[in-house]
Amino acid sequence: MNNPSTVSRRKFLQTTTTFAGGLLIPFFVSAGAKRMGMLGALGAAEAAGADSAVAFAPNAYLGIGRDNSVHIILAHVEMGQGVWTTLPMLIADELDCDWNKIKVGHAPPAQPYYHTMFGIQITGGSSTTWSEFDRYRQAGATARAVMVAAAAQQWGVAPEACSTADGYVIYNDKKLSYGELADAAAKIPPPANVPLKPASEWKYIGKGVKRLDTSEKINGKARFGMDVQFPGLLTAVIARPPVFGAQLKRFDAAKAKTVAGVRQVVAVPSGVAVIADHFWAAKQGREALVVEWDIEPSLQIDTPGQWAAYRGLTEQRGAVAAKAGDAQDALSKAADKVDVEYTLPYLAHACMEPLNCTVKIANDKCEIWTGTQMPGLDQGAAAKILGFKPEQVEVHTMFLGGGFGRRATAASDFVSEAVEVAKASGKAVKTVWTREDDIRGGYYRPAFLHRVRVGLGEDKMPVAWHHSIVGQSILAGTPFEAGVKDGIDGASVEGVNDSPYMGHVPNHLIELHSPKNKIPVLWWRSVGHTHTAFVMETMIDQLAHSAGKDPVEYRRTLLKDHKRPLSALNLAAEKAGWGTPLPAGHFRGIAVHDSFGSAVAQVAEVSVEKGKVRVHRVVCAIDCGLAVNPDGVAAQMESGIIFGLTAFLYGNISLDKGRVRQGNFHDYKMVRMQEAPAIEVFIVPSTEKMGGAGEPGVPPLAPAVANALFAATGKRIRNLPVKPEDLS
Amino acid sequence: MIKLHINNQPYSVDASPQMPLLWVLRDMLGLTGTKFGCGMAQCGACTVHLNGEAVRSCVTPVSRAANQQITTVEGLSTDLTHPLQQAWLQEDVLQCGYCQSGQLMSAAVLLREKPDPTDEDIDRAMSGNVCRCGTYPRIRKAIHLAAKIQREGGKS
Repeated sequence: MNNPSTVSRRKFLQTTTTFAGGLLIPFFVSAGAKRMGMLGALGAAEAAGADSAVAFAPNAYLGIGRDNSVHIILAHVEMGQGVWTTLPMLIADELDCDWNKIKVGHAPPAQPYYHTMFGIQITGGSSTTWSEFDRYRQAGATARAVMVAAAAQQWGVAPEACSTADGYVIYNDKKLSYGELADAAAKIPPPANVPLKPASEWKYIGKGVKRLDTSEKINGKARFGMDVQFPGLLTAVIARPPVFGAQLKRFDAAKAKTVAGVRQVVAVPSGVAVIADHFWAAKQGREALVVEWDIEPSLQIDTPGQWAAYRGLTEQRGAVAAKAGDAQDALSKAADKVDVEYTLPYLAHACMEPLNCTVKIANDKCEIWTGTQMPGLDQGAAAKILGFKPEQVEVHTMFLGGGFGRRATAASDFVSEAVEVAKASGKAVKTVWTREDDIRGGYYRPAFLHRVRVGLGEDKMPVAWHHSIVGQSILAGTPFEAGVKDGIDGASVEGVNDSPYMGHVPNHLIELHSPKNKIPVLWWRSVGHTHTAFVMETMIDQLAHSAGKDPVEYRRTLLKDHKRPLSALNLAAEKAGWGTPLPAGHFRGIAVHDSFGSAVAQVAEVSVEKGKVRVHRVVCAIDCGLAVNPDGVAAQMESGIIFGLTAFLYGNISLDKGRVRQGNFHDYKMVRMQEAPAIEVFIVPSTEKMGGAGEPGVPPLAPAVANALFAATGKRIRNLPVKPEDLS
Repeated sequence: MIKLHINNQPYSVDASPQMPLLWVLRDMLGLTGTKFGCGMAQCGACTVHLNGEAVRSCVTPVSRAANQQITTVEGLSTDLTHPLQQAWLQEDVLQCGYCQSGQLMSAAVLLREKPDPTDEDIDRAMSGNVCRCGTYPRIRKAIHLAAKIQREGGKS
C-alpha cells in the first residue's frame, strides 16, 4: 500500500501565484513522475509503475496516469453534499479530459488544501464550491496548458495551433492522449496565470453530471471510517460520564474482562475504554463494567430550570449585537405591541454513521483513518497527545456517513479520544460510538431562548424591535474563541442582527446573553440560522397578519431593496401557486431566509390530521448565484428540507438532572419515507455572487411549516419541536 | 462453528450464538457493506435478506441465520445490474450513502413482492429505513423507475 500522506510540506517546491480573484494558490512542481505516484489519497490503488499511477502532476489537485486516468485530489471531504463530483467538474471543464477516466480521492492534511478563505483545511460553511471555483478551474487549466505544450513540442508546432478534447491534444489529423503525453509533460514547468475559459465553453459547469460516488455506495464497496479493517485491529467502546463534566471516581474491570473477546480495559481522559476483538464483545464488556462517577450538583441541569434561568436573563442587559435609534423608548410609546418568547432545544446531529476513528501507532508514526471535516486540526491534536511532530501523523480521510458539523470539532474530540485509546492500549484500535453514545455525547446545536418585543406604527409596520437572544456560544472556550468580538459570537445572532428586515425598523436593539455550562455545543447544519430564521420568519408572518396583509406582499414591501431574497420569494410563491385554491383542509405558509451567501424561500403545504402535522408539499426557490451542479443544488435543498422538518417535528435533546433523556431513533426521531413531502426545487437564474447550498435549505423550512399551521389552526408555534397541544 | 450461506458462498464462523448477524458479517467476515446505525432495529441500515426476507441484522442472533440463505448488498448483483442499482444511478439518489445498503435491501424485497408498487406500498416497505440526508423523494422515484426497468426485462 502506498503511503497517502507523503505529500508533506518539504516535498513541495512551492511557488505561489496570485490570481485575479486575490486567492493565494500554492502549487508544487513535481521533480519526477514516480514521486507523484504517491500523490494524495489515491495512492492506495496505484502500485508504483502501474499504468494508472500518476505520471504527471502539475499541482496538488490533479495528476494524470499513462493510462489516461485523471486523479483528482479533493481539498474538501465528501459527506453527502456532492463535492466528490462538483470539484472534478471544475477541473474537467478546463482540462478537457475524459470524464469517465476520473478517479477521486481525499487530500491528506497539507497546506495546498487549506481553505482559500478560512486558512485551515476544513469542509464546512457551505463553502466548498464557491471557495474552490477559481482554484480548481485554474488547476485544470494549468494541466491542460502543459499537455498542449508537450504535444506542440513533439510535433514542432505552435501551442496556439493545437486544440484539446476528451483527453487528447489535437493538431490537424494528429492526436496524442494525455496519458501518452504524461511523461513529457512532467518535464515542463507549469505556467502561471493560464487564462480560464469563458462560461460559453463550459461543458459541465451549470449543466451537471451524475454523481461519481454512486457505484461504490450501492454495491457495498465504499469505505466509510466504520469500514476500516486490517489484521490485528481491535475495537473499543468507551464508558463516558453520564453527565457532562462528571469525573471518573473508580472502575472495576473484573467482570468486563470475563466477556469472551475482551482484551483490555483502560482509563482514558474521556472515560474507560473496553477493548475487544470486535464491536460486539467490546459493547458487552462495557455493559459488564462497573464504573462510578463524581457528579457535582451544579452539573445536574434540568431542561425546565435551564429555560427559567434563560428567561430571567432576558430581563437583563446583554451584549449589543446591533442597535439603531432607541428601541426601548419607541416600544414604550407604541400603541400596538407584541412581546413573545421562543424556545428551541438542544439538537444532536445524529449522522447515520456513528462516530468512529481508527488509530495505529508504531515506530514513531501514527496513522488515523476516519471521516472528518477538519483533518489538519485532527493531525495536530493527535501529534500533541503523542508528543509527535504533525508530519509523523498521517490522516486518511474516509467517506463520511454524514457530517452536518459534527465531524468538525475544534477540539478534535472523537479523534483525540481514539488516539488516547490506542496510546493507552499499545495496539491498533478502532474506537466506535454506539447510537446512544452519539445522541448522548454532546456537541449539540445549543438550546436558544429568544424574547422579541415589537412595536408597530400606524401603518402596522414595525417601528421598534427589541430582541434578546440567550444561548451558549459555540466558539467560546475553543481555539476559535478569537471569533467572539465584544461579547458577540456571530454564530448566535446571525440571521437576526443582519436580517434584511432590520434595516426597515428605525429603532432596534439586538442583545445577546451567552451563559456557560458543561454541555458541549457545536455548529449544526446552518448553525445560528437554525433558530434565528424560525423566530424572524414567524414574527414577520405574525406582523403581516396583524397588519391584515398577505404574508408575501408584506415581505415584498420589506425586501424591496434586497434583490436576492426578493427574487427567491417571488419564484417560490409563483411556483407554489401562492393565493390559488387548495384541497380542503390544506394550508400554505411561506418563509425566506439568507444564509451562507444564498437566499432560499420555501412554501409549505400542510394539513393537520388526527392531531398530527402532515407536510404534503414544499416548493423551494434558491438564489445561489451560479449553480455549478444544478441537480446537486436541488438535492441539497431536498436534504435541507427533510433535515429541517425532522427538527420541527421531533428534534429535542432534553436534560434530567444532567442526563440526556434521549438515546436512539425511537426517542430522537427522524422523518421517514411516509412523512417526507413532495419537494420541488427551482433555481433563480442569477449572476449574483456564488453562495452555498449545503445549509441554506434548512432555515426556512420550520418557519414555513409553522406559518402554514397558523393558517390551519390560528395558533402560533413558538416552542420546538411542535407539540400536539399547539395544533388544536 | 456456525455455518452460514452468504451471497451463495459457504462460511463457517466461531461466534457466540447470540452475537448479532451484523457483527459477524462486518467484524468476522469483512462484509462491511451492511451498516451499523442504531443497534436496535430502528434505522434499517443493517438490513439483509434472510431466506429472501428483509431482516435487521443488528438484532438477529447469528444462530437464527445458521444454515440459512443470507444476501447482503454485496450480493444484490455482481455488476450493478440489479434494477434498483440501475435506478439509483439514474436518479442520483444517494448523498452520504451510509444508509443506502439498507434502503436497497428493503426495496429489493418490495420489488419482488409488488412488481408495480404504489406510493403507499413504498411508504409501508420503506418506513423502517432512516436516511439522515433526506433522500426519500429520490428513493421513491427510483423504486418506481426500478419497477419499470424490471417490467421491461432489466433494461432501462
